[in-house]
Amino acid sequence: MKLSGWGRYPVADCRLSAPRDAVELRACLDAGPGIARGNGRAYGDSAMNPSNTISMRHFNHMIAFDPETGQLITEAGVILGDVIRTFLPRGWFPPVTPGTKFVTIGGMIAADVHGKNHHCDGSFGNFVDWIEVIGPGGEIRRTGPGEALFEWTVGGMGLTGVIIRAAVRLTAVETGWIRQRILPAPTLAATMDTFETAQDATYSVAWIDCLSTGARQGRSLVMLGEHAALDELPPRAARRPHGPPARRARTVPADLPGFVLNRAAMRAFNALYYRNGCRKAGTVHVGWDPFFYPLDSVLGWNRIYGRRGFVQFQCVLPLAESYAGLSSLLDAVAAAGQGAFLSVLKRFGAQESRFSFPMEGYTLALDFPVSRRSLAMMERLDEITVAHGGRFYLAKDGRLKPNTLHSADPRAAAFRAMRQDTGLVREFSSRQSERVQI
Amino acid sequence: MTDQPVLILGGRSDIGLAIAHRYADLGHTVQLAARNAQSLSQEKTDMELRYGVTVSLHDFDVLAPDTHEAFLDGLPALPQIAVCAVGYMGDQAESQRDPAAATLVMRSNFEGPANILALLANLFEARGSGTLIGISSVAGDRGRATNYVYGAAKAGFTAFLSGLRNRLAGRGVHVLTVLPGFVATRMTEGLDLPEKLTTDPETLAVAVARAAEKRRNVIYVKGVWAVVMLVIRNIPEAIFKKLSI
Ligand SMILES: Cc1cc2nc3c(=O)[nH]c(=O)nc-3n(C[C@H](O)[C@H](O)[C@H](O)COP(=O)(O)OP(=O)(O)OC[C@H]3O[C@@H](n4cnc5c(N)ncnc54)[C@H](O)[C@@H]3O)c2cc1C
Ligand SMILES: NC(=O)c1ccc[n+]([C@@H]2O[C@H](COP(=O)([O-])OP(=O)(O)OC[C@H]3O[C@@H](n4cnc5c(N)ncnc54)[C@H](OP(=O)(O)O)[C@@H]3O)[C@@H](O)[C@H]2O)c1
Repeated sequence: MKLSGWGRYPVADCRLSAPRDAVELRACLDAGPGIARGNGRAYGDSAMNPSNTISMRHFNHMIAFDPETGQLITEAGVILGDVIRTFLPRGWFPPVTPGTKFVTIGGMIAADVHGKNHHCDGSFGNFVDWIEVIGPGGEIRRTGPGEALFEWTVGGMGLTGVIIRAAVRLTAVETGWIRQRILPAPTLAATMDTFETAQDATYSVAWIDCLSTGARQGRSLVMLGEHAALDELPPRAARRPHGPPARRARTVPADLPGFVLNRAAMRAFNALYYRNGCRKAGTVHVGWDPFFYPLDSVLGWNRIYGRRGFVQFQCVLPLAESYAGLSSLLDAVAAAGQGAFLSVLKRFGAQESRFSFPMEGYTLALDFPVSRRSLAMMERLDEITVAHGGRFYLAKDGRLKPNTLHSADPRAAAFRAMRQDTGLVREFSSRQSERVQI
Repeated sequence: MTDQPVLILGGRSDIGLAIAHRYADLGHTVQLAARNAQSLSQEKTDMELRYGVTVSLHDFDVLAPDTHEAFLDGLPALPQIAVCAVGYMGDQAESQRDPAAATLVMRSNFEGPANILALLANLFEARGSGTLIGISSVAGDRGRATNYVYGAAKAGFTAFLSGLRNRLAGRGVHVLTVLPGFVATRMTEGLDLPEKLTTDPETLAVAVARAAEKRRNVIYVKGVWAVVMLVIRNIPEAIFKKLSI
């Protein structure tokens, strides 16, 4: 069947199976090199293999929870939103979360996802006590931090085996409310200053207006957040300590024609968003859902980009190069006249890992509707990233060239060598791993 | 919170399990009945963790009617809602060749389910309350060359449910007939189902629980199926027999 990632680009015909237990899963792996697929929220082709894509949707059982430590043992196909739904009322929240709750635990481990608290808490892998992985030959191995299989699998994009179970530690929270502060920053320098002085905020992220140029280039709304304590909530919120009732999700009914998101519309949207944010600047209590998952309330929002889909560009630049690199990236976007609808900037803390994406510095994520022009511009962004010592997030990628990846990230060669030495290359591969040669 | 146990006959079926999740989510105790019920322990743990309700497992074979009374006696409590999701599609070609294969399809979809629901109906009637939910099929609305053995059995089951409803209408017992079109489950795995006519078990489960709550009588789940079947039922036989659909 036709498969794609969240960006709906690229699309490929893939044989998709959905095993129900370890025995069926092994049979799928015996059929030739394959790749696990969680909930398909990676943007590009990370979870696609034309001859053998293995959906983990039936591995969706929760197994045990320890209310003393917050350790949750689950199968890898369990959806993050279900974890929140189950455990927030008992006072627990995911220790790290991406910008959508429609991801699986397996996908979060394989991409070693980061959240708005990366500068404080690091990536999701830090909260994984162990995983069970089906590797070559169908053997199930349990492995934990410090062991090679674990370290390569966290951030290994499914290329070291299929994670079937995991033990993850949730974080204790008193309420489902977030004390949010919005700080408008008129320039890129001001935005970065805001991040640097907000290092002890638990959550921080900026929405950056990448369509404004000149003196306003890089203007942003920086959003900070803290888990709210019960006694600080205004009475109305205190009546619902686990957060406001779930919002009714709206659905994008069909592909919007390309012109809806033209440059003028995007510019207007961005300007409006910035002005609105400035008006809302200050401290408010917001529910966990709109704070962490603003886009989840519009199901299928990926269709607003129309039939051709969209691509996301996400890189991280080392701290020392961040200002120069980000300025050049924003210049290049402006010069190409290609507005990104959603642009997010975030400060990462230090992280050492075998193949995970984050490192200390600034990460910028931009999405663009697919077109020959936007693809060409992204190659320009690639060059700038490489020139500034940055690297790319594979979970967002559907188009990188192999030499770009390898020149940005020497770890890619080590990853590939490890896969060759252990025979993993013959057992696990995705359209992406073939494309970028890892 | 609600002490209204829900019995799921065919507790391993994708549709049955989805309905179990839905009711557990609404706070109901769940009784899962299936062949080799112990193999559902993973489902039990998962549901208990997610919803904080009690889930019990019970061995049940719809093809062994002489065990049905003992099975019901063995339940921790008489359920308030009983759902029959048992079914077996078989293979039409094989059913044509081999009468024993056809019998298995007919017994699994009609005789067995009717037998267990008849017993439950009597118990519910005596108590004066309860809801019976039968998962039948649009295949029972008209016999087609490609699956008329299964369709005939479902037609029988649908008629049985309709009779029960009629009989129990004044007795506090409600009967809901569910006529799903295509549902993406183990039964239809590998078939190329048209997206617009297909639902997933979770959507179906929500619709079923809502329909039971509202005391609806017959639902198709996906509205288009009501239209499709209206058309199919009304094609004159002289034309219908020449069609291949
Ligand atoms: C709106 C949106 C916002 C996002 N925000 C963020 C963010 O803030 N931070 C961030 O880090 N990411 C973010 N992402 C990316 C997303 O978190 C990752 O792509 C994540 O991996 C998706 O999980 P999934 O279950 O959908 O996996 P898929 O997309 O299905 O797969 C992703 C990768 O994980 C592998 N994988 C999945 N399951 C398994 C398994 N059981 N065993 C082995 N490998 C497996 C696949 O092979 C593939 O390589 C965002 C995505 C979206 C759509
Ligand atoms: N999927 C569809 O498109 C569709 C459409 C219309 C109607 N339906 C009906 O929906 C119901 C559920 O089916 P499903 O789609 O969820 O498929 P399914 O997963 O194959 O479920 C069928 C269930 O019936 C059980 N069963 C069969 N024979 C049995 C017996 N002798 N004793 C006890 N249990 C028995 C099976 O149990 P085991 O696991 O032990 O084999 C299985 O769990 C069926 O009645 C089916 O006819 C399905």
